[in-house]
Amino acid sequence: MSATGIASAGRAQGSGRRNLLATVASLRAWLFLIVLLVTFEIWSQVAYGVSFIASGANIRSIAVFAVAPVLLGLGQTLVIISGGIDLSVGFTMGLASVIAALVVNATGNALGDGGALVAAIVAALAVCLVPGWVNGQIVARLKVPPFICTLGMYGVTRGAAYIIANGTTVPVSNSWLTTLGNGRIAGFPIVVLVTLLIVLAVHYLLAESLTGQYTYAIGGNSQATLRAGVDVRKLTTRLYILSALTAGIGGILYTGRFAAGAPQAGEPLLLDSIAAVVIGGASLFGGSGTVSGTIIGALIIAVIQYGLVFLDVEPFWQFIAVGLVIIVSVLVDQSQKRIGGGGRADG
Amino acid sequence: MGDTAEPLLETRGLSKRFGGVHALERFDFQLAPGEVVALAGDNGAGKSTFTKIVSGVYLPSDGEILVGGRPVTFDGPQDARRQGIETIYQDLALADNLDIGANVFLGRELMTRFLFLPRVDRRRMREEAAGALAVLDVHLDRLDRPVRALSGGQRQAVAIGRAIHFDARVIIMDEPTAALGVPEQRKVMDLIRNLRAKGLGVIFISHNLADMFAVSDRIVVLRRGQLAGERRVGDTEPEEIVRLMVGRDGAA
Repeated sequence: MSATGIASAGRAQGSGRRNLLATVASLRAWLFLIVLLVTFEIWSQVAYGVSFIASGANIRSIAVFAVAPVLLGLGQTLVIISGGIDLSVGFTMGLASVIAALVVNATGNALGDGGALVAAIVAALAVCLVPGWVNGQIVARLKVPPFICTLGMYGVTRGAAYIIANGTTVPVSNSWLTTLGNGRIAGFPIVVLVTLLIVLAVHYLLAESLTGQYTYAIGGNSQATLRAGVDVRKLTTRLYILSALTAGIGGILYTGRFAAGAPQAGEPLLLDSIAAVVIGGASLFGGSGTVSGTIIGALIIAVIQYGLVFLDVEPFWQFIAVGLVIIVSVLVDQSQKRIGGGGRADG
Repeated sequence: MGDTAEPLLETRGLSKRFGGVHALERFDFQLAPGEVVALAGDNGAGKSTFTKIVSGVYLPSDGEILVGGRPVTFDGPQDARRQGIETIYQDLALADNLDIGANVFLGRELMTRFLFLPRVDRRRMREEAAGALAVLDVHLDRLDRPVRALSGGQRQAVAIGRAIHFDARVIIMDEPTAALGVPEQRKVMDLIRNLRAKGLGVIFISHNLADMFAVSDRIVVLRRGQLAGERRVGDTEPEEIVRLMVGRDGAA
């Protein structure tokens, strides 16, 4: 009842306010990012007399901080647009991190550093296919709600990662792997360059390919998509596999960066990946979302995390800050939908 | 259209049983090109069983389906659609978040290429979809918006445009005017007349007698899975149709 009141009031006020709100809502992630950067800049200038933004080291660090949320957020974006969610990404990343570390150590003598790295990448991604495929099959074929299915897989991957790692972190010494994690090409961290390649690939997939077209269609109306002759099961499975693979790449890069495989590598990234997608403007009900939105969302998270470290704030504040950004972001989205009245079937 | 024309769709002795329930019994039906036939009947009379059989959802227990005079069996809805029978479902089968191009071409996307990579050709799909709607005399000012921004009548037009763009000969419409306002109902009626003028056959299911009389050539009444009667619209009146539906008059 109150929603109707607000909606009609909004209409009565004409389109000016509605357009403004729609613009604000569509650009909200950018606005957040700008407000955040300006705040940190002022804070940094006032407290320490140095610039936050005009520093190559800071920008590089933010980019490196953003790698994992971007990668896991990309897979999460695909799944969320299709109307699902993947709660298992964090520990799939941990599992991949551990597998990569163990394989590098086991094959280093036989294959040399380069060969061992290739073997580690192949093995880690191959292992990630398992939770991805199982998630997809259970969601698409057995119609188990994605939240429940991937929550179960969260437990399975978590347990598997710790068991395989023997409950601890697995140190590695492989020059190729640590170069992958910490090296630079022309000043750009290699992890960032790898992530950019994945970003381009997923952007093409989502924005230009048939798979992307069907991902949106399934999220909009999976029944209609099925009736149109699209193999919804196969597509859904593919999306969960892609989500597991981007998490796996995140795990491999983590192992390279920290020279250790860790089961808990991706523990905070479940929340971060969903946050990146939601801040980036996707609907948790499916049907909308973009790669660029998710990247902005991930950058916001990275700026908060790195910025608070840089400004010497207790690190726990970052959880509060990210949490607040999620809530405000969703509020802006909802008020825009309500007032814009461009709404759902209930009109 | 003439009686000489081969019926677009014909059924002979069509029956469907679910266990002991006779949902449809020995139903003979014909639909000529350029004809609009309304199916009337109470809930459970067999209307939706019939439409599900001729749209390939159910296999008949007995009887024949002929398309253009040729006996056919449908291996699922896709197959029925390939043979020119398209059903416009109540929920319209549209993806609300996609534009008209993506909806009209859903499952049959037009592709182009960027270097070596295949791309979905959104622009061409939009233009061709707009063309398909223009045939129905529906014109949209913006083509790039998601279809949730369209009115109910326009959304019907998208669903119908999708059907005729892919050469449907028979269009089955299940309660197309339910949940629409009066002006939008009129637009849907216009759409149906438009389809008739183009020589398509329309099967029109409705609970609304006024709609049936406004748009159809013939009304076929089902009761308890059987043909209760069949009237040309000019030769009958709503009261008679109601009597046939409830079965109080044995004069069928």
